[in-house]
Amino acid sequence: MAEKEFTDVQDIGKDYKYGFKDPEKHVFKSKRGLTREVVEEISWMKKEPEWMRNFRLRALDIFLKKPMPTWGSPILAEIDFDNIFYYIKPMENQGKSWDDVPEDIKRTYEKLGIPEAERKFLGGVSAQYESEVVYHSLRKDLQAQGVIFLDMDSGLREYPDIVKKYFATVIPAGDNKFSALNSAVWSGGSFIYVPKGVDVKIPLQAYFRINAENMGQFERTLIIADEGSSVHYIEGCTAPVYSTDSLHSAVVELIALKGSKLRYTTIQNWSKNVYNLVTKRGIAHEDATIRWVDGNLGSKLTMKYPSVYMVGKGAYGEVLSIAFAGKGQHQDAGAKMVHVAPGTSSTIVSKSISKDSGRTSYRGLVKVYKGATGVKSNVRCDALLMDEESRSDTYPTMEIDEENVNVGHEATVSKVGEEQLFYLTSRGISEQEATLMIVNGFIEPFTKELPLEYAVELNRLIQLEMEGSVG
Amino acid sequence: MSKEPILKIEDLHVAVEGKEILKGLNLTINKGEVHALMGPNGSGKSTLAYVLMGHPKYQVTSGRVWYKGEEILALKPNERAKKGLFLAFQYPTPIPGVTVMNFLRAALKAVQGKEIPAKDFLKLLKEKMKFLEISDQFSNRYINDGFSGGEKKRHEILQMAILEPEMAILDETDSGLDIDALKTVAKGVNRLIGPNLGILLITHYQRMLNYIKPDFVHVLVDGKIVQSGGDKLALKLEELGYDWTVEKTETLSVEK
Repeated sequence: MAEKEFTDVQDIGKDYKYGFKDPEKHVFKSKRGLTREVVEEISWMKKEPEWMRNFRLRALDIFLKKPMPTWGSPILAEIDFDNIFYYIKPMENQGKSWDDVPEDIKRTYEKLGIPEAERKFLGGVSAQYESEVVYHSLRKDLQAQGVIFLDMDSGLREYPDIVKKYFATVIPAGDNKFSALNSAVWSGGSFIYVPKGVDVKIPLQAYFRINAENMGQFERTLIIADEGSSVHYIEGCTAPVYSTDSLHSAVVELIALKGSKLRYTTIQNWSKNVYNLVTKRGIAHEDATIRWVDGNLGSKLTMKYPSVYMVGKGAYGEVLSIAFAGKGQHQDAGAKMVHVAPGTSSTIVSKSISKDSGRTSYRGLVKVYKGATGVKSNVRCDALLMDEESRSDTYPTMEIDEENVNVGHEATVSKVGEEQLFYLTSRGISEQEATLMIVNGFIEPFTKELPLEYAVELNRLIQLEMEGSVG
Repeated sequence: MSKEPILKIEDLHVAVEGKEILKGLNLTINKGEVHALMGPNGSGKSTLAYVLMGHPKYQVTSGRVWYKGEEILALKPNERAKKGLFLAFQYPTPIPGVTVMNFLRAALKAVQGKEIPAKDFLKLLKEKMKFLEISDQFSNRYINDGFSGGEKKRHEILQMAILEPEMAILDETDSGLDIDALKTVAKGVNRLIGPNLGILLITHYQRMLNYIKPDFVHVLVDGKIVQSGGDKLALKLEELGYDWTVEKTETLSVEK
């Protein structure tokens, strides 16, 4: 996160600075492939209650029965589920201080700038390495206010009632093939509960790192914002560069109770050998707000459509996303806004940049149920193509079963314009700097929503991606 | 006034997408002079502006252009700008997400070749904006994004005032302006006029020349300058229209 992180970027010689790997050390690694035994083993190792073990096994059956989606991207079919390691436990006990964390792993997080960010501006940190959270912290003042921030496994152990009440209620195992997969083999992720009226003013962050080759990471996150509370959760993710593929398939469930505000920010920067197939959904009750701020820079294929179900009057849902697709990447991202209650409103702003034959897609749904009167929804998708070989598609769907609504959709596709470049260069600015200015300007509606440290980081990442794109 | 040419154009031929627009244009502008270039639509006025600034779409098929004694046709637009050439656009391009302030600071840094302390830059910006009757909030807006016609042109002149070029080409800076806006823009330009600045004022109408007095007026018809004279020429054009010069050219070519 810190500026000095970037000084040695040029020395790495490639544009992905998180591609380093640690020697693989673990206390347990399941055998390759997915079987009933693997699922039972995970549950046994975690000493889970019976209901969770049964939930996993039912989910496994659903996963095996469900066909692969045929939409999205042709490269989805290339995933070899038998070649994945579904559970790797990196260390015996979770660290309460960074000194408890094995040296290699600790160094990795230092390179990623996590401890520094924690000291500077975070309220709590969760660091997941392979399948388990290896370090966890929450500021004392937040603990004192009753805020719960744990890894999901600890959440299940320490707050079984809350977890049982909400777990898989937003995204059932059978929602789609990958939510079924996650439900069967989930491990790690975050469990957050913010009590009534508590305003968590500083962000809580989780950082997800895959280290092993052919690793499958299946974190499971559940966030509950109780009435009138507010919280901002940030997640970041990276992995080493391997020639073979890894799989990341998370399930994230958000519950925003009456009058609460929940914001979920993602900066996804997986290496380009990771399939990122994530199901994210939130339920917004009366006058509650759920905002997804979703940045997708990395991965080979991302399929992710954060959703908000507005079930209470006056609820608001928002997705603000950017996707960057370079060579060999396909970012199939979007949003779903489901208006169940009257007087609800939603906004989708999707920005994508494609370069060097990269492909971006916007796939979105706005659904208004009968009786949800006075709904307002506004969708805006802008795609920027850096060259002739790159591609962008838009697949918007509107299902409106109510007449008294105000729904708008606007989509643009533009190339980094010769006229824009000429305008800036005619004022002395170099072509490279001008291109960056145009691209950064294009994603400005996104970056201005990020905490400053992340906006700086994002701009630097974009700069690295853009380097060499102009002669 | 020294008679040192700041811009010299010799037999310039320019094509756009294979079609020849400029067909042998000659023009010399000395330091401190204001030249007006007038002509009917499609005569090649804007083409000249773009080609002088180095727009990639315009191909110079033959001819030469010197700026301060140096041939510039091989230079990129930003290199020309750094040497002190400036174009005020007729249709400035919107660049969403990039603020006027950040843009001007980046441009000034590029042109001066060094970073200007934020405090000094803000002071300079504020002073220039005040003179051009531009409100303070303007600098936080995105470049040309949702600007009115008058705001666009004022923004062009603001850039000129900050970058302090030695040779400025104003392409139809008067178009789309009401009389008050025209006066403000003209005031901005007049303040910059001096012994070190050459100006090429491209306009369709004589109106602008009531406020910015040219030393010379040239008439461009079909890619060539067909007539040059003092500022009275503009009035004559206003009275008789461009047909007059066209007829005159035809007569001239017959006489040849």
